Amino acid sequence: MDPLILSRIQFGVTTIYHFFFVPLTLGLSYIVAIMETIYVLSGNEVYKRMAKFWGKLFVINFAMGVVTGIVQEFQFGMNWSEYSRFVGDIFGAPLAIEALLAFFLESVFIGVWIFGWDKLSKGLHAAAIWLVAIASTVSAFWILLANSFMQEPLGYAIDGGRAVMTDFLALILNPNLWVQFPHTMSAGFVTAAFFVLGISAYHLLKSSNVDLFRRSFQIAAIIGSLAVVLLGLYGHSQSQHMLESQPMKMASAEALWNTESPASFSLLTIGDMEQRSEIFSIRVPGLLCLLSFSRFDCEIQGIYDLQTQYEAEFGPGNYIPPVAVIYWSFRIMVGIGLLLLALGLYAAFLVMRDTFQNRGLSLKIYVWAIVLPYISNSFGWILTEIGRMPWIVYGLMKVDDGLSFTVPPYQMLLTLLGFTLVYAALIVATIYLMLKFIKVVPQPGADSQPDEDAQTPSVATV
Amino acid sequence: MDLNIVWFILIAVLYIGFFILEGFDFGVGILLPFLSRGKEPEMVDRKRRLIINTIGPHWDGNEVWLLTAGGATFAAFPEWYATMFSGFYLALFLVLLALIYRGVSFEFRSKDNNPRWRKLWDWGIILGSLLPALLLGVVFANILRGVPIDAEMNYVGGFFNLLNPYALLVGLTTVAVCTLYGAIFLTLKIEGDLAQTARIFAIRFWIFTAILLLAALVATYFFTDIPGQLGVIPGIIPLAGFAAVLLAGFFIRKRKDGLAFTMTALTIVFTLTAFFIILFPRVMVSSLNPEYSLTVYNASSTQYTLTIMTVVALIFVPVVLLYQGWSYWIFRKRLTIDSHLEY
Repeated sequence: MDPLILSRIQFGVTTIYHFFFVPLTLGLSYIVAIMETIYVLSGNEVYKRMAKFWGKLFVINFAMGVVTGIVQEFQFGMNWSEYSRFVGDIFGAPLAIEALLAFFLESVFIGVWIFGWDKLSKGLHAAAIWLVAIASTVSAFWILLANSFMQEPLGYAIDGGRAVMTDFLALILNPNLWVQFPHTMSAGFVTAAFFVLGISAYHLLKSSNVDLFRRSFQIAAIIGSLAVVLLGLYGHSQSQHMLESQPMKMASAEALWNTESPASFSLLTIGDMEQRSEIFSIRVPGLLCLLSFSRFDCEIQGIYDLQTQYEAEFGPGNYIPPVAVIYWSFRIMVGIGLLLLALGLYAAFLVMRDTFQNRGLSLKIYVWAIVLPYISNSFGWILTEIGRMPWIVYGLMKVDDGLSFTVPPYQMLLTLLGFTLVYAALIVATIYLMLKFIKVVPQPGADSQPDEDAQTPSVATV
Repeated sequence: MDLNIVWFILIAVLYIGFFILEGFDFGVGILLPFLSRGKEPEMVDRKRRLIINTIGPHWDGNEVWLLTAGGATFAAFPEWYATMFSGFYLALFLVLLALIYRGVSFEFRSKDNNPRWRKLWDWGIILGSLLPALLLGVVFANILRGVPIDAEMNYVGGFFNLLNPYALLVGLTTVAVCTLYGAIFLTLKIEGDLAQTARIFAIRFWIFTAILLLAALVATYFFTDIPGQLGVIPGIIPLAGFAAVLLAGFFIRKRKDGLAFTMTALTIVFTLTAFFIILFPRVMVSSLNPEYSLTVYNASSTQYTLTIMTVVALIFVPVVLLYQGWSYWIFRKRLTIDSHLEY
């Protein structure tokens, strides 16, 4: 088999799988930290049980994020060694910094948090989960800084056939990073908020431990409604920025072929799509901006024109990414994003009206909505990464030049199968455990740690 | 001293730190089935949980030393990173799979009562500890012994090239040292019968470890270019490593567990220090032509990148040491069979 295809599939599988767990970690860490902080400040035991209930789910998810992250650190060297040699001077630094600043912090303090309930003061224990949350954010920042170099190389020079760093500050100030990072963080908060909303809704439907889950729903609704708005706004900024930095990606996302096809047809296609978007999203300011921007489509270059330009600039070759994949990934991501926006705002509305406990249908929708952010997160990355093709580093190196050409294809096939099978088995175990702990209702006084409850008698709240 | 050398030393420190910390938790994982024997399944499970919980709060932070060493290699010596990870492809793939299985196992194992469930994750802890110790030993031995690296810095050997007798001996020695180290660690972290079981195991197992270590050290004189690399005075360092393991055996017999632990840690420090001194200034030895070896100069990043990384490391490595040390202090209390266990 073609080693390029094998390696690309492997990177796709391991990265998307890793990103099943990352967004929830990014957002839920803060939500648990907020819950525990309320407990510390108010002394209300229900918030302690709440932090423990969500904390348990957080830890299962966190572990999966950590172990699948190990592969991310090393697979550049394994399957993409020519890429690693070419960009190592630039790309290695953020990875090492991420390990030093973030991995140590989150790994040490997650241990402190899990094992430290009865060994630390309340405040210090809450501080541990805050540190885990901050560390995860720092981790996201540095890895996205590395990714931003692949999307929009800045602060480098080409020296002796490789890219070398000339300006570290330029890497940090990379404009792509400052739209991608907030967009990713918002996606993390949205994922976590819908996770909490959905599971709380499930329990509210069953009327189990209503007090705890009503409050959880409220917290998640507040965070979620803010996060969906930010997600949309930053998603919009990112699209606009991409139009400047990677016009081919955006042209593909819009399926804007060009002047060669009859102009009316092309306009009709876009217009049709625009109308479809409009139906879903009339109330969304972020999307209205997008629509108004799209009106200047004389300024949006078509795919064929870009292809001609790139051939002139980089030499002959195919510079068009798989348009259908990009087009539909963008549609799915944005479509689900708009749905999440509506659901997020509606959750806030329900909480303000304080009627959500009795609304069976609405609650059921939130249970099912848990999966939505996972779909849009995945397609967001498919858009970002496949949309960059054929480049591995935009404008500097093509993906087929980045491969480890000394690794025999059968070994690449072996690792692809190995990772896929192990990952498939692990997702089954993870979902099994998640479902199990989702169903365990944290009753007052029936804490999973009875020895602690003896010390701190719980206050009945229901 | 130029920054290339600084980074060689820093990466050496990261790997030494990794083996000092993860060394004992690999050992604890390997020992899981051996120290938990018993007739009643419930008691066996309780013992296993006790063993796992001694490293519960720490294994993840310990493992980050390896990730950071890998990341630092990428940042400071990208050619080393690229050649090593593409060259030792299958070996490192197995290390990754093992570490994935292991990490999940700690978290998942005790979250369900089903014996088959627990057995599944027990295997993850055992294999996940054994395989990386073995394979990392094999990889390190090959780096020093030399592997076929061509003029373009590409590894041109196959997978089975790595499984030569010298590398396997070093791999086994790594497993043995980790196992001894883990047993001694358990004597320090547990109060009660299990601590004594671990001590007896350490006493019996020690002689095996000492013989393997001696064999590996002697073999190193035959299979690497150690004589050219190591002067008379640095020659003391591998010997000090062997002396430390002898002292570890002496102290464990005297029930001075803390000293025995320190001596095993010193064994790791001395042998790995010797490893890096022999290696220097190369980072990967080519068996085809000494000219093709990767060195701290031809494999490195630019001075600009090294400078930035040095600043970052100087600020954050001490901070990491402080809070990681603090976490060991928090969980210093020994566990007993009746302790509340999270894992």
